[in-house]
Amino acid sequence: MGRFKEKKSSGMPKISTASLPDIVFILLCFFMVSTTMRETTLIVKIRLPEATEVQKLERKSLVSFIYIGQPVKGTYGTESRIQLNDQFATVADIQAFVATEREARDEADRRLLTTSIKADRDTRMGIVSDIKQELRKAGAFKINYSSRKTARLK
Amino acid sequence: MRTKREIPEINAGSMADIAFLLLIFFLVTVTMDVDTGITRKLPPPVLDEQSIDFNQRNIFEVLVNSANMLMVEGKEGNLATLKQETKTFFLNPSNDVNLPEKKLEQIELMGDVYVSRGVISLKNDRGTSYEMYIKVQNELTRAFQEMRDELSVEKFGVKFDKLVDPKKQEAIQAVIPLAISEAEPEDIGKTK
Repeated sequence: MGRFKEKKSSGMPKISTASLPDIVFILLCFFMVSTTMRETTLIVKIRLPEATEVQKLERKSLVSFIYIGQPVKGTYGTESRIQLNDQFATVADIQAFVATEREARDEADRRLLTTSIKADRDTRMGIVSDIKQELRKAGAFKINYSSRKTARLK
Repeated sequence: MRTKREIPEINAGSMADIAFLLLIFFLVTVTMDVDTGITRKLPPPVLDEQSIDFNQRNIFEVLVNSANMLMVEGKEGNLATLKQETKTFFLNPSNDVNLPEKKLEQIELMGDVYVSRGVISLKNDRGTSYEMYIKVQNELTRAFQEMRDELSVEKFGVKFDKLVDPKKQEAIQAVIPLAISEAEPEDIGKTK
């Protein structure tokens, strides 16, 4: 009993929790940095079309994105361009892109790879059809037309 | 001598809580911008030009031209009525000879049911705008979603997306397959 009463004689120092906030802040910083890291900087303008019957894209790590839209910088013209990763690409690059994307995933996950087409709403279907044909050739059959969810169509 | 002097200490115990709140706030906001979209499965490439023969009555033709105008079964169509037209075509409630045939199939959990052999064929021009295309796709998806919901409510009492049992989901999907076919691209409605 005496052990508890006499404070001075017990050699048990209080564990300092002063560093706990720092640890949490480091965690916070880690999250802030890692979440923005994966995002590609868009070099094409994209205003997604709206739809009511949308599904959520599950497992973001198994999604590869193809962006289509007008270049942000005026010097590249106003024609719709394809963006893969961080640079402009042509329809001919799609197959190689799918191959590298597939290479980067585990063997078991490759079948589940989804290609999300993020196209501006003013894009002509010609370029989208071309991409779809290339995806078919490359064997990437699962696609997703990225669109924002709205309650009602205008 | 150390213990005798009292240094006033600022209580930093709540710091951790504040930081945790921040952390949770970030975790929540980061996952908020979920990607949504209309999911489709592309058909594998056809090697030879030989196309599969479909009975004309089984095909529901939807065309979108470069001026974003809709043509449904040879007549000028309308986005507002497309959903209903798709549903009546696919289900063929009056057993019309011009609407798709039905095949009696045995499906688990459902027993013997008539499965429509109808296929929605969606064709678009190279000049169609993506927005219009998504709108049409959306209406078609809605038609199928509603048909599945109706069947699911009738058979299991809940809507299709509320079904938990994967077997029930499969059964519904077997009776009402998402039969939207996208034709090989070609130029339509253009002067050559």
